[in-house]
Amino acid sequence: MSVPTVMSESRLTRRFEALRQARRAGLITYAMAGDPETGTGRHLLESLPAAGADIIELGMPFSDPMADGVAIQRAGQRALAAGQTLARTLEDVRAFRRHDDDTPIVLMGYLNPIQRFGETRFLEAAADAGVDGLILVDLPPEHGAALTAQARDLGLARIPLVAPTTPPARLPTLLAQGNGFVYRIAYNGVTGGQRPSTEKVLEKGLEPGRDSEPENALAAGIAHLRQQTPLPVAVGFGVRDAATAGAVARQADAVVVGSALVEALETGGVEGALALTRTLAAAIAEAR
Amino acid sequence: MTDFPDDNGFFGSGDQRYGGRYLAETLVPLIGEIEAAYDEARADPAFQTRLADLQRDYVGRATPLYFAERLSAHFGGARIYLKREDLNHTGAHKINNALGQALLARRMGRNRLIAETGAGMHGVAVATVAARLGMQCKIYMGATDIARQQPNVQRMRLLGAEVVPVTSGTATLKDAMNEALRAWVASVDDTFYVIGTVAGPAPYPRMVRDFQSVIGRETREQMLARTERLPDTLIACVGGGSNAMGLFHPFLDDAVELIGVEAGGEGLASGRHAASLNGGAPGILHGNRTYLLQDDDGQIEDAHSISAGLDYPGVGPEHAWLHDSGRARYIAVNDDEALAAVTLCCRLEGILPALESAHALHEAGRQAAARSADASIVVCLSGRGDKDMQTLIDHLPAEENRS
Repeated sequence: MSVPTVMSESRLTRRFEALRQARRAGLITYAMAGDPETGTGRHLLESLPAAGADIIELGMPFSDPMADGVAIQRAGQRALAAGQTLARTLEDVRAFRRHDDDTPIVLMGYLNPIQRFGETRFLEAAADAGVDGLILVDLPPEHGAALTAQARDLGLARIPLVAPTTPPARLPTLLAQGNGFVYRIAYNGVTGGQRPSTEKVLEKGLEPGRDSEPENALAAGIAHLRQQTPLPVAVGFGVRDAATAGAVARQADAVVVGSALVEALETGGVEGALALTRTLAAAIAEAR
Repeated sequence: MTDFPDDNGFFGSGDQRYGGRYLAETLVPLIGEIEAAYDEARADPAFQTRLADLQRDYVGRATPLYFAERLSAHFGGARIYLKREDLNHTGAHKINNALGQALLARRMGRNRLIAETGAGMHGVAVATVAARLGMQCKIYMGATDIARQQPNVQRMRLLGAEVVPVTSGTATLKDAMNEALRAWVASVDDTFYVIGTVAGPAPYPRMVRDFQSVIGRETREQMLARTERLPDTLIACVGGGSNAMGLFHPFLDDAVELIGVEAGGEGLASGRHAASLNGGAPGILHGNRTYLLQDDDGQIEDAHSISAGLDYPGVGPEHAWLHDSGRARYIAVNDDEALAAVTLCCRLEGILPALESAHALHEAGRQAAARSADASIVVCLSGRGDKDMQTLIDHLPAEENRS
């Protein structure tokens, strides 16, 4: 197992250390940059920390988000229709940093807009704007070494995604390029789906295993990860309500909520998204 | 030229490196399993025998290499031969690949097939082999394409497949592929994704090329048997590019000219086309690095073509590399030119070609006219045009008024 670069001064490190001392899991809230347009998107970002978001995951809209479900697809289409670009997303981060120098922001998205922008130019601009880390859905470690090295030199964490399908033998490859935290995908599917319940899994007659991933398998997956890395483990996909968030918070270092918040923004505006954030934060605070 | 892809699934090297495996982590281990299973199957005589038997008795291979005497005379130059993939069972080259992948899925113990489709020809081919092999089948198809390819939709349903309308994005082939990938992520354990063209993550570009290379291998034998020499030029239409890659690949190391024909839509200058090599830039979509139609911010742009099968904003990565290396030439033929070629081929040869294939036919006419009678050109007639009747009815009267 390789030792990941831990930047003692980074916002992510400080935040996870503070969570550890507070003996609770963190809440990572996902928002699509520029959804539904720049003004509202920025207003939401600035309001999230006070509502209980410990870390903000900011989506970079892409026309063809192959790992995202309908809620995040729609959010991306709204943002793009309103003229959101990668440059503007970085401006959103810069604007946020004028008011908040503590809450970590990680950008999540797909590789093509970044390559079009220019990888080096993007990484430098992201670091300069105050971005703390990157989650790149379609850049597996086999193709990501060069970008990862550059990102690290600039102090940007490369957060690895680990799936239920990831075989144990592959973990060292993923973790070797990772830092910041590990993002454990809770189930096999796109964002915004429902985790298959154990009953559903039995109903389908599937072998318990990588496709079924019942609660205990997730716990086992997290335990195995902890043996392999000192990095904090965040769990996301399928966390839609306070009950699930609380259950995940008992096992993981952080809980990621995405589609449910995007839908709350869609139906209830910024206030709707903040109300759900408060509910989730309360459930996570009470979980342990 | 035939050494690629490398171990990472790339064609070419350095900045001119296309393909790879740009995928969400959930799918990466599965794709590795498919690659291993494919390599094993490829080397297994029993698998190859089963495939060859079905190709002969079920698909109807070998397809004829037909000398288009009257078309050749019309252009007054080179001899034009048509590789009759339209005579395959289900009416296009797509079944060559669908059959191969379905047999692989069966071998891997996966009994549910999913696939994307544009014109519906790949969807029909997959639904057909699923029925033949007793497998479940779900086809993802853009709502726009469902509207313009109704006969194929009915046909898939008749064959027992479920057709899932895709309304996201532009509701065409690229969105159907997004949706199939999403469905696959959610069902990795029992489902096999039958990609219909030489694109997608490795090993698909290589695997689909290998299954389609039967087109080029037969062409080679048939030309040698007939003329005792190789053809001078090969021409095929390119959307994702599977019929072209299948025709070209067995000739990559020979002194044979290769011309791929992209869909020029309403003209390259109009911006409404599907010519990613002529009018796009390298980028990453659907798991591979290749030429894409995209804007300055890296968002994928809509493709446009009168033929649904070419209406894709990307192209197979091996074509991207053949383009950059100069081994193949890629030109664009517009909607109007393809429509005219359909009429010409009907009137002179009594063959109704698919609109996709008609793009290649138009270019063949242009090339033939500029050459002498001792030159030979092989055109891949990738499919038949029955599925296009509604489009032809809508467009041809205007076309004929112009002539």
